[in-house]
Amino acid sequence: MTRRALWTLPPLLLVAGFFVYPLTLTALQSGGAWTRVATSPEFGRTVLRTLEIAVCATIGCLLLGTFFALVLTYAPFPGARAVARLIDTVLAFPSYLIALAFTVLYGSAGVVDGLGIATLDFIYTPAGLVFAEITFYTPFVMRPLLAAFGQVPPAQLEVAASLGARPWRVVRQVLLPEALPALAAGGGLTLLLTLNEFGLVLFIGAKDVTTLPMLVYTKGLVTFDQAGAAVAAVAQVALSLTVYSLYRRVAR
Amino acid sequence: MTSTLTPVPATAVEAPAIGWDGVSVRYGDAHALRDLTLDVARGETVALLGPSGSGKSTALKAVAGFVRPTSGRVLLGGRDVTGEPPHRRGVGVVVQSYALFPHMKVEDNVAFGLRARRLPRAEVAARVTEMLAMVGMTAHRGKLPRELSGGQQQRIAIARALAIRPPVLLLDEPLSALDARLRQDMLDELRRLRGELPDTAIVYVTHDQTEALVLADRIAIMRDARLVDVGPADELYHRPPSAFTAEFLGGANLIPAEAVAGGARVGDRTVPAAHSAVASGPALLCVRPHALTVEVPGPDGLPGRVTAVQWRGSGYRLEVALDCGATVSADLPALTGVPAAGEPAAVRVGAACVVAREEP
Repeated sequence: MTRRALWTLPPLLLVAGFFVYPLTLTALQSGGAWTRVATSPEFGRTVLRTLEIAVCATIGCLLLGTFFALVLTYAPFPGARAVARLIDTVLAFPSYLIALAFTVLYGSAGVVDGLGIATLDFIYTPAGLVFAEITFYTPFVMRPLLAAFGQVPPAQLEVAASLGARPWRVVRQVLLPEALPALAAGGGLTLLLTLNEFGLVLFIGAKDVTTLPMLVYTKGLVTFDQAGAAVAAVAQVALSLTVYSLYRRVAR
Repeated sequence: MTSTLTPVPATAVEAPAIGWDGVSVRYGDAHALRDLTLDVARGETVALLGPSGSGKSTALKAVAGFVRPTSGRVLLGGRDVTGEPPHRRGVGVVVQSYALFPHMKVEDNVAFGLRARRLPRAEVAARVTEMLAMVGMTAHRGKLPRELSGGQQQRIAIARALAIRPPVLLLDEPLSALDARLRQDMLDELRRLRGELPDTAIVYVTHDQTEALVLADRIAIMRDARLVDVGPADELYHRPPSAFTAEFLGGANLIPAEAVAGGARVGDRTVPAAHSAVASGPALLCVRPHALTVEVPGPDGLPGRVTAVQWRGSGYRLEVALDCGATVSADLPALTGVPAAGEPAAVRVGAACVVAREEP
């Protein structure tokens, strides 16, 4: 065996011990429960709900993130840099803080309700959850997009305008196509993260909103259905890996 | 019933294709352009020539609409466009970096302006074919910009700008990113294109005097955000109105002198001059390096000492420290005998002119 091959052994063992072994164990645990869990209407509903929320949140993040990145780059206002910085700091927060803030603001006993402006409970609906996820994950789209916009030479946009293109055409035909890899990367990452989002969903505790991570949690720690939890976990991993491989393909 | 003598609107007569009317551009406290007033006629090529930071690119951007003048007006064909966005001005722009759209094929780059104008598909295709033929790039229409060389990319940038048939073409240092050999080829190419566009007004921004001399009908010399001199290329070259123009356009030697009738006095010698911008008093004698000859010391010529000799293949460049204090450069043909560095010499002045000294 060559020296080089020897060097690859420790990391391989580490990966095997900390990653492959528990995953395999989980997969094995799920063994007998697949037909029971996977064919239950609850499971199908949960997978669909998870996808639905993640896809809606990702689309929202892409739209909002693109808009904000455009404004911050091309229509800078006094304090735009500070705003960009502030948005960056959101990346450092845990997601459930957003959920907490939303509950305080818009919850049924929150600030808006307390002021008597309106009685709100949209936060406890799937739409409310999507709204919260968009708020938290938009910076994940903006960061790569701001970097990509910074790479597009201003001369290209100027020349496009001089050729008769209105600003919207310049954005659509010059700027966004050049920022497409960043857009795909940001969108892919957001989709991956929203699929796996747990803290936010748990904190908001929306009625009738069960996502895969929630299902794993409920089955594993609330109803002690270990096999059922393992099935949900394997489904979650499969879903994440699928999205991840797509993400790798577009982000390349 | 209107009279047959209805006056023709002023703009229809022959308003200049481009007009800067007292245009200034300021960024905070920094002046990028001060009070530029200049016209470019239809079919005329004007080169804006100056060192970097002289305001020449800013002047061009003001016409394209990329910068908004702090004061003054920009006119296109007599129409005030000062407040109009770039997409309504209809000028062609070519920049140093080519600024081709990297994700579009060559033909889509050229078609961009035509599609933005919503021209019928057949007309777009015909115009793209015509433009690519004009710049000799027909064979490359399906390629992406990154598959082309610098010179080819610049041809596409020119084809893209000309496809919209702009009455005004703005070229911002279009050859600066090319190597010397390619630059010469493209210069010939641009001269040929100029001939094919008899009605287009062209503004050519450059810091290279050769490009300006080859292409321009008139040259506008810029310095420190101001227009210094403007005039036909040969006139500015042969009879420079200012010391800066003499030095920047053709690298003239400027020898402190005293203007006298028919020439200038340098030390105790009088040198005849073909043209004098100063009647008398302190002035500068302006001589091109190729108009000087260096001889053994004698009664004629300005006495001095050779300080450096540089062989340049086609000839020699000599630096001579004159006894009057000035140092001059002289270009001598390769076949002549050349004094060595350190030897005394006399510099004989051929064609010369006299310009005013600069205010300190």
